[in-house]
Amino acid sequence: MLQSIRDGDSMIVRLAGELDHYCAQSVRRELDRLISDPGIRWLILDFSRLQFMDSSGIGVILGRYRQLRDRGGQVGVVNMNEHVSRIFRMSGMGRVIRNLDRKEAAQ
Amino acid sequence: MNRHNEMEVSFLSTPENEAFARIVIAAFAVQLSPTMTEITDIKTAVSEAVTNAIVHGYEGTRGMVTMRARIDGTSLALEIADRGKGIPNVPQAMEPFYTTHPEQERSGMGFAVMQTFMDEVEVRSTPGSGTSVCMRKRICPEQAH
Repeated sequence: MLQSIRDGDSMIVRLAGELDHYCAQSVRRELDRLISDPGIRWLILDFSRLQFMDSSGIGVILGRYRQLRDRGGQVGVVNMNEHVSRIFRMSGMGRVIRNLDRKEAAQ
Repeated sequence: MNRHNEMEVSFLSTPENEAFARIVIAAFAVQLSPTMTEITDIKTAVSEAVTNAIVHGYEGTRGMVTMRARIDGTSLALEIADRGKGIPNVPQAMEPFYTTHPEQERSGMGFAVMQTFMDEVEVRSTPGSGTSVCMRKRICPEQAH
């Protein structure tokens, strides 16, 4: 379900399908596996293929953010659609999760 | 236009049915010719209410969740009801970031999402006998589509 590519200290992950409570546990487990190497400082989530997200996604993203923050890292997001952007804004996630669309090319 | 329609569906409180409930409500609401944004708003609110019924209402047990929907003119009224353990303090449960399951990384944003994406949200709960979440969304007339 998740496609990933490592680039130095960054793990870029393309989410696909739907991120709800049902899918959250497997996505969480897979993301934790992908960032288990302490050399990973950045987790970059690409939302371009994500078709649906509810507040379960907030928990998944903030949980990974806390892990990376504790080792001096960060979480960034690219290709958010308007729906996901609204969930980001209303939950306050936009203050701690970097939206990289504005600054860097989403490769 | 005085459009009127109603539907009711019940399903087991298993997480697979979160997606089922979203598909059903989208199929019903399409009669109102909503925009993609409006459909996504409704699906998201339903997803939150059904998840609450599964995670909190029936916490670790199984029961039936009932989704009722009614179209009146240009508005969609929804009810998601369970017969689970109920919410002892509804105003507290509706506060953003309040969660009884931080260890499961529940964000505590479920009701806040429902309130953001729907026009009205009302929660009735009786400890020991269940919770009912009633929501309403007005669909903008079709000229915008």
